[in-house]
Amino acid sequence: MAKETAPLIRTDNLAKHYRLGETDVPALQGVTLEIARGEFVAVMGPSGSGKSTFMNLLGCLDQPSSGRYWLDAEEVSTLSDDALSTLRNRKLGFVFQHFNLLPRTSALDNVALPLLYRGLPANERHAQAAQRLGQVGLSARMDHHPAQLSGGQQQRVAIARALVGNPSLLLADEPTGALDTRTGIEIMALLQQLNQEGITIVLVTHEHDIAAYADRIIHFRDGRVVSASS
Amino acid sequence: MNFLATFAIALKALRVNKLRSALTMLGIIIGVAAVIIMIAVGSGARAQVEAQIRSLGANLMMVFSASPSFTGARSAAGSTHTISEDDAYAIARELPDVVAGAAPALRGSGQIVAGNSNWSTSFYGVTPEYFDVREWGLAEGRFFEAAEINGAAKVVILGKTVAANLFGDMSPIDQVIRIRTVPLTVIGVLAEKGQSPGGSDLDDVVLMPITTARNRVLGATALAKSRSVGSIQIKIREGADSKLAEERTRELLRQRHRLQPGQDDDFTLRNLTEILQTREESSRVMALLLAAVASVSLLVGGIGIMNIMLVSVTERTREIGLRRAVGARSGDILRQFLIEAVTLALIGGLIGVLLGSGGAQLIGYYAGWPIALSASATTLAVSFAAAIGIFFGYYPARKAAHMSPIEALRHE
Repeated sequence: MAKETAPLIRTDNLAKHYRLGETDVPALQGVTLEIARGEFVAVMGPSGSGKSTFMNLLGCLDQPSSGRYWLDAEEVSTLSDDALSTLRNRKLGFVFQHFNLLPRTSALDNVALPLLYRGLPANERHAQAAQRLGQVGLSARMDHHPAQLSGGQQQRVAIARALVGNPSLLLADEPTGALDTRTGIEIMALLQQLNQEGITIVLVTHEHDIAAYADRIIHFRDGRVVSASS
Repeated sequence: MNFLATFAIALKALRVNKLRSALTMLGIIIGVAAVIIMIAVGSGARAQVEAQIRSLGANLMMVFSASPSFTGARSAAGSTHTISEDDAYAIARELPDVVAGAAPALRGSGQIVAGNSNWSTSFYGVTPEYFDVREWGLAEGRFFEAAEINGAAKVVILGKTVAANLFGDMSPIDQVIRIRTVPLTVIGVLAEKGQSPGGSDLDDVVLMPITTARNRVLGATALAKSRSVGSIQIKIREGADSKLAEERTRELLRQRHRLQPGQDDDFTLRNLTEILQTREESSRVMALLLAAVASVSLLVGGIGIMNIMLVSVTERTREIGLRRAVGARSGDILRQFLIEAVTLALIGGLIGVLLGSGGAQLIGYYAGWPIALSASATTLAVSFAAAIGIFFGYYPARKAAHMSPIEALRHE
């Protein structure tokens, strides 16, 4: 399978169990699915449905108990911790509900952070970070610290940080959860625009209005995919 | 990730909690300052003792006339004359295994006149052994000849201070000086010795043949008959035990003076080497005390660093999670926190070096102790501080590095 035509994400019977004392808690029980390049997918489900576990596995933050996972035609379910770090740095961008920006650090340095772990020199890091801040409309606020920015602006900085490394996949975990409705709509519009420009997005949400921005919605329940609708 | 960037992150993290960082450093600061002071005081004292041993002549022992307690009434050591020139020769002759030389000396003092300058000082009547025992050379001129000693020749050798005060820059050789109206020709000038352990000027002295002092200058007939002297200076043989030399000398003198067992000595024996060693010993005790303070303080400082780093790791759990998510390897996180701990310890160490150097200077100034600051001690103290940072920073850094990224991101 050529790399370009392969789906960006392919999972085969992906499962994850947690040990809680004596009992074995299955969080994810055999998920097999594919996500194509350029897709905008929303993942929904009640809490405890396994959607967060699935996102952690997609984000290479966790290792599956069994099953396999290919990202960009590369099998990642067997990679070491260091290799997963490198993979996250090169291929993934994260957007969190609570932004997770470094306090007392300028927007520019926050956006440049992933490039620091790529070993780029400071001037290159800052040039690329400045360009991404421009892309999310925050050119004028590069020197502002998170405390000096509104929630929507902070989330834009976080999106710029997720984009700065040119990832193949953007993972957004309740990106509008901490924002008011109007700002949430602006953020979703930005994500949609980015998707149209070519990046693949997987979004976790429990709000149907937000999920409606996606091309496809995957529902989780009890650790399994119960339906996929477009 | 490169070192400089990591270092910048560490500095920034420490700046966020300035007071906390400063308090954390306190233990290291005190510990390092104590190490610096300890080494400065210790090596200063050692250097002083070495210099004094050098100025006196190595391994010197002195015998003075009169016992320290003589039938109740005490007289100053050396002021009555119970020891003689012959005692000195006997010591040299009979104890060759522990004694390298014994020099009798007769002391007097008075006004010395040369032309229209004058100077008040002490003079000693000595024999040629004196120069060997005191390891004292000449700056110019010559020593006494045997004939001059036997014939009570009117010649003197001046100490540097006396020569300078009487003759200034001019050479005093062949000049005539007068002591108590006796004219004496200068034949030599002693090499410079500096200060005695008591702080007196060793170069403020005039030497003449012992016979000249006894017969012509002091002019005491009673002295002349007994050949008694004020003191005998004894050079302990190199490698010989100075305690043993002291005992054997005491034994010999008591025997020669026909003292019964139980009777007090009629002389005073002083072992300068031991006095100096005692002094060095006391400064060593001081240094040991400081070393104890330093090690406890460094240990407490290290634990303080560990404590604050653990707090910092917990506080910054989400930051750690985020860094892992954007691609930091666990090694990057380990290095970041380790460098932070080492930076904390190093800054503390540098402040400690500054405070310690200043403190040592103050001690030197106010307590009058000799101080020797050394670059190697400073390097040692700073590297020790860095080592403490690594040792006590490793556990918190490891804890940060081994956090699960998911749990760290979820941390509230």
